Amino acid sequence: MANKNKSLSYEFIKGIVKENPLFVLVLGTCPALAVTTSAINGLGMGVAFTFVLLMSNVVISALRKVIPDSVRIPAYITIIASLVTIVQFLLKAYTPELDQSLGIFIPLITVNCIILGRAEAFANRNGILASIMDALGMGVGFTLALLLMGGLREILGFGTFFGLQMPWISEGGLQPIGIFGLPAGGFAIFGVLVALFNKLNHLWYSRKPDDIMDRRNYPGSISERTDAPFVAASAASEGSEAVAISEGSVPEPMTKPGERSSSSSDKD
Amino acid sequence: MQDMFKILFSVILIDNLVLSRFLGVCSFLGLTKDLKNSMGMSVAVIFVMLVSTAVTYPIYYFLLEPAGLGYLQTVIFILVIAATVQVLEAVIRKVMPPLYDAMGIFLPLITTNCAILGVMLINIQESYSFVNAIMSSLGAGLGYTLAMFLFVGVREKLETSDIPESFKGLPSTLVAASILSVAFMGFGGVIENLFS
Repeated sequence: MANKNKSLSYEFIKGIVKENPLFVLVLGTCPALAVTTSAINGLGMGVAFTFVLLMSNVVISALRKVIPDSVRIPAYITIIASLVTIVQFLLKAYTPELDQSLGIFIPLITVNCIILGRAEAFANRNGILASIMDALGMGVGFTLALLLMGGLREILGFGTFFGLQMPWISEGGLQPIGIFGLPAGGFAIFGVLVALFNKLNHLWYSRKPDDIMDRRNYPGSISERTDAPFVAASAASEGSEAVAISEGSVPEPMTKPGERSSSSSDKD
Repeated sequence: MQDMFKILFSVILIDNLVLSRFLGVCSFLGLTKDLKNSMGMSVAVIFVMLVSTAVTYPIYYFLLEPAGLGYLQTVIFILVIAATVQVLEAVIRKVMPPLYDAMGIFLPLITTNCAILGVMLINIQESYSFVNAIMSSLGAGLGYTLAMFLFVGVREKLETSDIPESFKGLPSTLVAASILSVAFMGFGGVIENLFS
């Protein structure tokens, strides 16, 4: 990942528009669609998610030389699940209402593709500081994305924003459009926002809509295959079979054991 | 009895796993490009869903709950699911090679499919009985399959249509999913009236 000077600020900023985890990489779609019925839910989910991502990146980056390659995925999952349990407790204690409205999507942060993806693609090859910046960037990008989606859906669907009544919603005047609060509206708004980010990326970074960045760095990214760490893992163990579904999305196993140890050793 | 069918059908149609609960959206969007892959994934999901319900349910009610360790459910469930998937893979490969051919490569992916963990958690949250929990898992799996199956057709149609540049690919797919979701909303009152 580039040289050190570039990385720290770059790792942070890239997560916001250029490689926004939700709208560009299209990871973590399940919670994004489910909890964004209001701005406050989106924000809460984003913050909880950022915390887990940050902590898991730190822990995994710190342990990257201790965890044997062959059991790394189960090890990561255990670390992440424990962190999620901590977050669940914190939310229950301090914001019981938020905990209620996010429901099962808090424990489901465990299986969010972004966290495992960042662990696999970034934290296990980079130092702690770079991993923190990467996690913060991705976390802030995801939080802003959820806030944007939640805000839009709340304003359009319920005519409020963070619970405040919108001035143009009135008896007999303009009415909120109920469908945006329902699952169908979630899909539609998400689609439109992905298209918008395609356009922005096209204008700012002259990147074509279908031209998604080097997928080896983003396991689980967009389109063809999600859960790519597992595609990679099974590709590594079973050879040709897994190629069938990874067509184009994950050209080769992301971390060959040798490659990883060499790249982490020349970092220090 | 009536309870069972009510759960089964409402999970398939009204609370459809993908289109209204948003579980397993990642694989739904990723794998609906062709029928073969999407059906392989669906079979694997149904299978793993049933087996892991049968495993996690007793673990929760006979082990975690009595010991007051209910809060460990996330960690335990995900590990149980991961282990179940490993064991299933080995067993199916040996016992039923044709089935393995159909869903083999999708099995390892399922561990991080939020549909499985999500349904386990919902079963506990709704405090279903064992039979109802199995029914709800079966329904969830079938609902996932139904959504996948319908959506493969929709996407084939999308491939050949003329779409604005920015909407090409995923955005148009999402908008199509939204319309499919509206269609499923139509089932809203049906189940209530059917079983009342």
